[in-house]
Amino acid sequence: MTVERLLKDEATEEKGDRARMASFVGAMAIADLVKTTLGPKGMDKILQSTGRGHNVTVTNDGATILKSLHIDNPAAKVLIDISKVQDDEVGDGTTSVVVLAGELLREAEKLVNKKIHPMTIIAGYRLAAECARNALLQKAKDNKRDPDKFKSDLMKIAMTTLSSKILSQDKEQFAKLAVDAVLRLKGSTNLESIHILKKAGGSLKDSFLDEGFILDKKIGIGQPKHIENAKILVANTAMDTDKVKIYGARVRVDSMAKVAEIEGAEKEKMREKVQKIIAHGVNCFVNRQLIYNFPEELFADAGILAIEHADFEGIERLALVTGGEIASTFDNPESVKLGHCKLIEEIMIGEDKLIHFSGVEMGQACTIVLRGASSHVLDEAERSLHDALCVLSQTVNDSRVLLGGGWPEMVMAKEVDDLARKTPGKKSHAIEAFSHALQAIPTIIADNAGVDSAELISQLRAEHHNDTTNAGIDIISGGVGDMEKLGISESFKVKQGVLLSATEAAEMILRVDEIITCAPRKRENRM
Amino acid sequence: MALAFDEYGRPFIIIKEQGQKARLRGLDAQKANISAGKAVARILRTSLGPKGMDKMLQSPDGDVVITNDGATILEQMDVDNQIAKLMVELSRSQDYEIGDGTTGVVVLAGALLEQAEKLLERGIHPIRISEGYEMASKLSVEHLESISQKFEFSVTNIEPLVQTCMTTLSSKIVNRCKRALAEIAVKAVLAVADLERKDVNLELIKVEGKVGGKLEDTELIYGILVDKDMSHPQMPKRIEDANIAILTCPFEPPKPKTKHKIDIDTVEKFQTLRQQEQNYFDDMVQKCKDVGATLVICQWGFDDEANHLLMHRNLPAVRWVGGVELELIAIATGGRIVPRFQELTTEKLGKAGLVREKSFGTTKDRMLYIEHCANSRAVTIFIRGGNKMMIEETKRSLHDALCVARNLIRNNSIVYGGGSAEISCSIAVEAAADRYPGVEQYAIRSFAEALDSIPMALAENSGLPPIDTLTAVKSQQIKRCLEHFIYLQHLNILMAWLLQEGNPYCGIDCNDVGTNNMREQNVFETLIGKQQQILLATQVVKMILKIDDVITPAEY
Repeated sequence: MTVERLLKDEATEEKGDRARMASFVGAMAIADLVKTTLGPKGMDKILQSTGRGHNVTVTNDGATILKSLHIDNPAAKVLIDISKVQDDEVGDGTTSVVVLAGELLREAEKLVNKKIHPMTIIAGYRLAAECARNALLQKAKDNKRDPDKFKSDLMKIAMTTLSSKILSQDKEQFAKLAVDAVLRLKGSTNLESIHILKKAGGSLKDSFLDEGFILDKKIGIGQPKHIENAKILVANTAMDTDKVKIYGARVRVDSMAKVAEIEGAEKEKMREKVQKIIAHGVNCFVNRQLIYNFPEELFADAGILAIEHADFEGIERLALVTGGEIASTFDNPESVKLGHCKLIEEIMIGEDKLIHFSGVEMGQACTIVLRGASSHVLDEAERSLHDALCVLSQTVNDSRVLLGGGWPEMVMAKEVDDLARKTPGKKSHAIEAFSHALQAIPTIIADNAGVDSAELISQLRAEHHNDTTNAGIDIISGGVGDMEKLGISESFKVKQGVLLSATEAAEMILRVDEIITCAPRKRENRM
Repeated sequence: MALAFDEYGRPFIIIKEQGQKARLRGLDAQKANISAGKAVARILRTSLGPKGMDKMLQSPDGDVVITNDGATILEQMDVDNQIAKLMVELSRSQDYEIGDGTTGVVVLAGALLEQAEKLLERGIHPIRISEGYEMASKLSVEHLESISQKFEFSVTNIEPLVQTCMTTLSSKIVNRCKRALAEIAVKAVLAVADLERKDVNLELIKVEGKVGGKLEDTELIYGILVDKDMSHPQMPKRIEDANIAILTCPFEPPKPKTKHKIDIDTVEKFQTLRQQEQNYFDDMVQKCKDVGATLVICQWGFDDEANHLLMHRNLPAVRWVGGVELELIAIATGGRIVPRFQELTTEKLGKAGLVREKSFGTTKDRMLYIEHCANSRAVTIFIRGGNKMMIEETKRSLHDALCVARNLIRNNSIVYGGGSAEISCSIAVEAAADRYPGVEQYAIRSFAEALDSIPMALAENSGLPPIDTLTAVKSQQIKRCLEHFIYLQHLNILMAWLLQEGNPYCGIDCNDVGTNNMREQNVFETLIGKQQQILLATQVVKMILKIDDVITPAEY
């Protein structure tokens, strides 16, 4: 008797070894895809969207690449998800986490082929991950108490992060930019207050950090272009004809004269509002919504700089920078907190006119102006800078740092290897495999840089036999170098995140012994 | 054939369009049904126990779910077969009723079906089989009762509860930190439990998850966590001793339900209307302020103007808070949900010791913690984890653990896990079978055999030789029994002896600890959970066995 069909027609079911194979292959394919972008000599990828215009993105950022992929393999989706989470949580290491998970699975596949049960592998991996984490914890350095050293740590981390990106040419400059920007945040992780402004033209070298705030808007005609000691009112209010918000209200008139009258009343209302705003004693008014011609004219008459249609984030940042509050009603001018700044002026960057607020009260927010040859370069530069900013802001909170250049992986691998020797039972194979997977990361970095990876890794391993070594891969000379001297550092939080999420993901995929894919939902044909 | 002839030999139609319908009758129908039921059980069999594997399911929309929870697997599988749907229902009802053991119940039903098939082949009538099963299930439920133990716990001594929850969690992916999660689950349940009435309202436990961090960061919050932020970016992020006004009316001019129109035809009217509108906003904020609220939580949105007025009057506010959350906040803070501004009074305000906003990661995710509430009967479990699937799976696992803790509070009897209860039942049923004359005896024996399949599956999944292990454990349970049997002869005495001297705590040593004694390993399950499993599985099997005709519409 044939087995009854359980599932719907188009659903598929894979069991046991085949399911495991499918997930291994899927996960490894994803890892291999991003593998070549790892490290300072990693290559970029071009992504072309299927949407209208076939937008092109050139990037080296793991999370960005994976986000844009349309994947059907469920195991691959798990990897994409961990990369996304790594991006949200610490901002960097998005490629490493996928590569490490892929390597762990590759090793696991070998073990499964040797007939070791996945649960045993998982048990081994767990022990190994715990051991690796402890190794990292022991080796991490914390320089929080020494501000100078801490700052140089931050610089090093920023440079290490940026060196694998398009900004590596000017990494020193950008590292300084990023460190300055993050230190201004004073421990907050809210990157919203760092405004990144992209303007095509010039070269990446022309990018700069502005202590004040730059708003990508034009100043209304006939209004002052230069205000000193500005008092700023930041508002979110309708500056067209105010609508009556009471439900169901509508205007019904029976003669033209009345229309004119009501129009007059509306105008009067607007004028009143403007008067009220002026009564705050401001000389600059920034509104989130549109300002119509009529009120704009009134503001111009009163010599007030009125800026309309600043986007929501712009408004929030401006309020943060100038210390004012975002106002929507204007009846009590005495209690509304106004924002202040020393100077408002119109500046030119490239061909665009922008409004520059300088000498602001609160130093938290700042603007980074990125210049570059094309919009692709700018986009990639923004992503790279964003990575660096994220890492830095996390490091400010958790100031433990590690050396970079494959050093942490080698340290972990050594400890895990030691553990493998001490552990009895089949688990030790899995622990050993974990150490292999960890060593794969420096191997890939070396491979990408075009050096003899086998030679280099064996040298590194020999160096790491000594407990206090600082040896890592020196990509520039293509040999083993002292990471401390070369100034290559990484944030502890990033490494820990990579280690834990990769193990978690590998464990999750390993536990699967059956994949059931439901029939895809039918799209309705709306032809 | 569904074709009948009348007395003149003319055929007439019984089933409409019968030619197009597939039909299975008699033994064929039963066998087809049994094989479908077995197929479902086979899928879940490998997920049983601490070393059980997970299933990866891809939904019609392409989302991936990785889980080990029987009810979830079956629900997501989107089965098409009628009998398979019955099995899905079975696991779901176990989930609703008990919350745990959703995999076990399906595996047991599958085993019962398998045994029934053999009996059917011998020509035993299905009704007799189901009667035998019914008797056997009654026997085993009673037996479970007799081997169960009362578990004493109190608010200060939560260790027994934690141990039981740990047994549940050990089969899930979260078993890495099962201890911490079990403690969280028990504390959460105890916080909301009504120990006098022995009831727990699990609705009061909110489980919230956010990706990022690690599983160890999962925490229990004695209060409410809302995935919202303050309505105005410049409102204070931390409020101590908050008086919370919980509103279900928007900060907007009222919208009467009846249709109406306000016609504006003169300037005066226009102006009065404008005045009116401003007063509305002023009034609303003033009313909140008057009753002494220091935080407004609102189900609806605010108008820009109202938002600023709130900010201006130093009254922090949260908007777009969902109905369920609103209720929880009301319970936790002891406030009342107020549907109209006019009805706001000081007594209706909720009290919380601390309200703070916390941001996560590099994106601007913020969440609002409401803590130190007046009445800490509502708690939140906040799960962190490496990825979305992990969080979802943790949520499901915690739900199981919460249910187990609740069941223990309702009824503190436990049986030992690791298949020991099943083995013990199997022995008892087997022994009792001989007392029943007639065909049912066979069915009862088969039932005993089916019970063995659960420890068998456990052993298989743990990589142990299933038959060796099972027989070893079984003989351990009745070890000295045989020697006594020679001169005891009498069955009832044997049964009583089994209870006193035998060791019903021997189970499958899945984790390779080295002992078979589940009591030493601290592997417990709830009595009602086990009983329910046996009852539900028997019921479904009976139902399936009774079907002797399957009519399906033809495929077109």
